[in-house]
Amino acid sequence: MPETAETTDAPPVTAPSAPMPSIVRVSLARATAETKMFFREKDGVVFTFAFPIVLLVLFGSIFAGDLEDTGVTVSQLYTAGLIGAGVMGAGFQNLGIGIATERQDGTLKRLAGTPMPPSAYFVGKVLVVLLIAVLEVAILLAIGVTMYDLDLPSEASKWLTFTWVFLLGVSGSALLGIAASSLPRSAKSAAAVISMPFVVLQFVSGVFIPFTAMPQWLMNIASVFPLKWMCQGFRSVFLGDGGAALEAAKSYELDRVALVLGAWLIGGAVLCLTTFRWKSRRDG
Amino acid sequence: MTHAIQVRGLTKRYSGVEAVAGIDLEIEHGEVFAILGPNGAGKSTTVEILEGYRKRDSGEVSVLGADPGRPTRQWRSRIGIVLQTNQDAPELTVREIMRLYATYYPDSRDPDEVIEMVGLTESAGKRIRQLSGGQRRRVDVALGVVGRPQLLFLDEPTTGFDPESRRRFWDLISGLAHGGTTIVLTTHYLEEAETLADRVAVIAQGKIVAEGDPTTLGGRATAKARVTWADGSVETDTPTKTVLELSQRFDGEIPELAVTRPSLEDIYLRLIEPS
Repeated sequence: MPETAETTDAPPVTAPSAPMPSIVRVSLARATAETKMFFREKDGVVFTFAFPIVLLVLFGSIFAGDLEDTGVTVSQLYTAGLIGAGVMGAGFQNLGIGIATERQDGTLKRLAGTPMPPSAYFVGKVLVVLLIAVLEVAILLAIGVTMYDLDLPSEASKWLTFTWVFLLGVSGSALLGIAASSLPRSAKSAAAVISMPFVVLQFVSGVFIPFTAMPQWLMNIASVFPLKWMCQGFRSVFLGDGGAALEAAKSYELDRVALVLGAWLIGGAVLCLTTFRWKSRRDG
Repeated sequence: MTHAIQVRGLTKRYSGVEAVAGIDLEIEHGEVFAILGPNGAGKSTTVEILEGYRKRDSGEVSVLGADPGRPTRQWRSRIGIVLQTNQDAPELTVREIMRLYATYYPDSRDPDEVIEMVGLTESAGKRIRQLSGGQRRRVDVALGVVGRPQLLFLDEPTTGFDPESRRRFWDLISGLAHGGTTIVLTTHYLEEAETLADRVAVIAQGKIVAEGDPTTLGGRATAKARVTWADGSVETDTPTKTVLELSQRFDGEIPELAVTRPSLEDIYLRLIEPS
């Protein structure tokens, strides 16, 4: 060791000169790890990923047939509806349960003790949800096309609609899931606390039962939540103009779809920022 | 910036109950400092305030020259925390979680080096779910030090270890301390505090009731020694004299002779007795 004034007895308290790692880099590292964790946890994969696929095969096979001379089959209706449910499941249900578990098992507390920027955690979650949702939609569409004569639209405008409904829907659902993860008191109760309202929401939002078959008051309640509008947006893409007659308003109301989904996105973000807790309840 | 940790008049109440009732503390750079105390004595609350996990009610606290009540990324990158229980990321391998955590820090250690340091090289490719409790605890420590912290908090690090793993763990911590890392340790094992710590503090009912070198804590080194033999026992300030007398009485070897001073545990149990 050369004996120079600079190198000897440097106090151990000098701040590190290396710059903090960028949020983008940490977010990508988190997304990669989250993806590995998701696909290695077989129970979770079945629960969030395979559920809509199994239901589509099941319902699509049971309820075959046309709807009111519109040229739309019930199976096609289910394909569009379950894409909506699948997208919301990947965001809301998956994150709602997953983060509640991470809060209890100490993941969040450990992360809060590191210099990881909190936003990197959320971005990582949203990215993995996007990936799950893309795969989910691809599989559901493949099933719809091969088994239930679903016609994929050829117009670019339909795919543009699909893209914004998908992106707004996924990110809004993901943020809602993050916010809802604070509700369960423990990881054990999370599956029930998160899944129960989600199943109810699917029934009243027109995933399994045509929306117009429900009483007006249920329609009004369902219209507050994003799933009804996501399904409506996806129907506009895959059922074509003939299907519009089946809607409550006799139109797909895409402007309102954008409005409601956009509002949930903003509301979800506000909820996350104001209510997210890094510690479990028993931890104070 | 003279002390690694400086605490003056720290208090914290939970719904009217005073968990921390005025604690003063100074921990030097490079020191291994153990905090002892029964459950519910305010030990964990104090440490969590120092770690930036909890807000204090009053008092001055400085950890590495900053207020832990307002933690920044910069400050967090200089601190390592090993919590009590973690069952997270069971599906990642040891190497994967080390690499992930290394990305959080500006000047992290090489993940493989840290894995070797905690003796997990053989298991680096294993999923965390497949590790034993002791191996998992070493992952916890590895995650605590991967950011090259100047200050490391260890919360009951060896609970549930067998004696051999505990010894190995102590070697690991001693190694870190020799490398200049300041270590704040809470433990229920008095032997652990005695082996590792330069100084210990005993917290009872929200206050520090004793503080100092573990070998002299509570007047331990100067306390009366107890001389016991086959058919007697006596407490005395002059054990050497007693032994010489006994030696004459028995004409050489004293049967079942033992000379003891109070163990750290004896002193500790006396200190935490409710007054």
